[in-house]
Amino acid sequence: MLVNQFLFLAAVIFCIGVYGVVARRNAVLVLMSIELILNSVNLNLIAFSLRNGSVDGQTFALYVIAIAAAEVGVGLGLVLLVYRNRRSISLDDLSEMKG
Amino acid sequence: MPIAAAEVAQSLSTGWFLDHAWLVPLIPAIAFALIILFGKRLPMKGSEVGIISMAASLVISIGAAYQWIQRVHSGGKDTFIEPVVHTWSWWQSAGHSFTIGQSVDGLSVIVLLVVAFISTLVQIYSVEYLRGDRRYTHFFAALTLFSAGMLAMVVAEDMLFLLLGWEIMGLCSFILIGHWWEEDTNSRAALKAFLTVRIGDVGLLVGIAILYFSANEWTTKNLGVSGFSIRGISAWALSGEPNSTVIFLAAIALFVAAIGKSGQFPLHTWLPDAMAGPTPVSSLLHSSTMVVAGVFLVARLYPVFFTGFDILGTGSNFITVIGGITIVIAAALAFVQNDIKRVLAYSTVSQLGYMMLGLGAGAWMPAVFHIFTHAFFKACLFLCAGSISHSASHHSFDMKRDMGGLRKYMPITFATWIISTLALSGVFPFSGFFSKDEIIDNVGHNGYNTFMVIGLIGAFMTAAYMTRATYLTFFGSPRGNSAVAHSEHDAGAHSPHESNWLITVPLILLAVLALGSGFLNATPFGEKWERLNEWVDPRPVESASLESVEGAAPIVPAASTEEAHGESVCGTATPENGVCFAPQLQHAPFKWSKAGLSLAIVLAGILLSWSASAALYTRKDRRLVGLTQRNPVLRVGYNVLANKYYLDALYENVIVRSIAGPIAKGAYWFNQKVLDGVLHSFVFASRGVANWVYRNIDQKVVDGAVNSTGNVTRSAGGALQPVQSGKVSQYGALLFSAAAVAALVLVIVNT
Repeated sequence: MLVNQFLFLAAVIFCIGVYGVVARRNAVLVLMSIELILNSVNLNLIAFSLRNGSVDGQTFALYVIAIAAAEVGVGLGLVLLVYRNRRSISLDDLSEMKG
Repeated sequence: MPIAAAEVAQSLSTGWFLDHAWLVPLIPAIAFALIILFGKRLPMKGSEVGIISMAASLVISIGAAYQWIQRVHSGGKDTFIEPVVHTWSWWQSAGHSFTIGQSVDGLSVIVLLVVAFISTLVQIYSVEYLRGDRRYTHFFAALTLFSAGMLAMVVAEDMLFLLLGWEIMGLCSFILIGHWWEEDTNSRAALKAFLTVRIGDVGLLVGIAILYFSANEWTTKNLGVSGFSIRGISAWALSGEPNSTVIFLAAIALFVAAIGKSGQFPLHTWLPDAMAGPTPVSSLLHSSTMVVAGVFLVARLYPVFFTGFDILGTGSNFITVIGGITIVIAAALAFVQNDIKRVLAYSTVSQLGYMMLGLGAGAWMPAVFHIFTHAFFKACLFLCAGSISHSASHHSFDMKRDMGGLRKYMPITFATWIISTLALSGVFPFSGFFSKDEIIDNVGHNGYNTFMVIGLIGAFMTAAYMTRATYLTFFGSPRGNSAVAHSEHDAGAHSPHESNWLITVPLILLAVLALGSGFLNATPFGEKWERLNEWVDPRPVESASLESVEGAAPIVPAASTEEAHGESVCGTATPENGVCFAPQLQHAPFKWSKAGLSLAIVLAGILLSWSASAALYTRKDRRLVGLTQRNPVLRVGYNVLANKYYLDALYENVIVRSIAGPIAKGAYWFNQKVLDGVLHSFVFASRGVANWVYRNIDQKVVDGAVNSTGNVTRSAGGALQPVQSGKVSQYGALLFSAAAVAALVLVIVNT
């Protein structure tokens, strides 16, 4: 079944994304990794929409794309402000939340 | 004995170039990618890729044109010449399938030829004109992408592909107008052009949607194509099926798109400002090709407009009114411009008005012919203006300040300018005469007498403002930058001289076509000369070449007789279950008396304007100089023209400010008085309630509970403190491992 390949690809991309979020220190790269995760989910949605022959999944994928665009906008805005204040976007420097 | 149409259709010849016309837009599209990726590393900075791709497109277009002519000859005199259609499935989604493909007919071929030819010449010209420019590679990339978009729109088989090409053009127009975006005026002009055209583009989207939802059922059932197919829509519009309100709305929506793109009144204001772009851009996009996209859209979907606006049925319709207004107001504006490119821009607007007027009045073929000839002479005029600014006036386009007397210094530019000016004014035997006169003639022939008079007035004004521009540029004595002699300035400054061959060769080629292209459809010399009529006109004899899905018997074309004209939109009697793709139109018989009248008007325009210009600009006649200041009536007229009918002021001050000013203020007042008032009273009420709750419930019941909870939480927090490292990646790892565990649990529970 064709869907399997899509799911496999999505799983691979998802894992790459998770690795990026966990292992990377650069905020922009983390944002990009989150993007990868979102898009692997999109792939899943579309693959299942293909299998079930309904457009619902594709509609959701479109929503996700739109939301992801907004999310990147906010995220990059935050990164920019952080950079202005600290001249660095390494996530390790941002540990004010330490309990 | 009638012949089955299917057999006739099969006997039409085709050929490699016709079948592969989709390569014409594809090649520049690939070239665009190559220029963007590798352009800067190439020896000529990417311009060679652009020129080669355009030349390849031109070769294929010429081949396709040749084979199209053969195809026309292979059909009989009254055969409907079917377009060469190839479609591929583009994407499928939940039972809807969208196709992409080419549909090449006479109209596509002629526009392909014009666009590919002028793009090639303009790119060659730009090598010299933009030599050393800081965004040289990007310029060629955008120029090539523009050509790809326009060519894609021309060969498009369905509306979605057409929309794609249309939007690519809009984007490239924005990029190229704002090529020198460091200057504020340029980026403002680019934005203005983009946003104004955008208003129209919404119309295109709406129109496509209306057509799809109303035509899809019919086209799928009868022709087996979707409601996006241009052929399907055309056949549907003429089938007598559509509801007249629906098709009227669709035609309005699509025409709004054409108004925006083709700079028709009242959205023409962006086109003169678009002259902020480099001159090759003005020449290619904003005079000869992109701006005719709107006209092309109307010509392409002519059946929709024909039925929707009831063309030929009423004394005037939306298209003729807009076209007529545009001709006159734009021509009037051209008189008060000092910038040579702005004169040409208003002239373009006015000529586009002619094309629209022709289409609105049922003169389809003359309007298409005018697209063809206008492209050559207007591109040539713009390139002449560029040549002057490049070699004589030091990048100034001001005719009054920096030009004059240039005919001695720039003989080739002068000669090509004069030929193109005569063609634009419509002097026999230059190309503009044949096309413009045919429009005016056919408009009158089809009963639109008022608009014929408007056309003649426009012809007079065209001749007059072009004479004024010619006089200011090439006659009299050199002024300003053009008068600078070589010795008076240090290095860098130069006296006016002729441009080099990269500029003059395109000029000469275009001038030759401005002179000669009219003979392709020279109605005055009899039917033998009406080549384009034969090759391009769709000859709307009904045909059943597209197989009916229900398997209906092949439809026999009814015998077409001259007497039967006008009985139905399809020309002959309406076929029982046949379809036709274009309305039958008549061509006005040529009469020298009518042509003589318009020629006399044009000559009068030239002579009058010449003597007025000589008196005003050279002899400085006291009676004329400053007349617009002394005479109150003329002063009002001049101010209206100088302020461009206050349209820009209307758009910016009234419409934009009313939204930014009073409406915003009103909203603020509403916010402060009404919403806040409600809020305040609500607040007072709640404050009373809150005080009571505070004293009785909060202090006694809740606080006790909260305090004990707090104590518990504090100790729990202390225990969990090490987890809160403050490091985002650790949080992420925790989150994902928790999710993984949850997923595992879910899997185990479910199996």
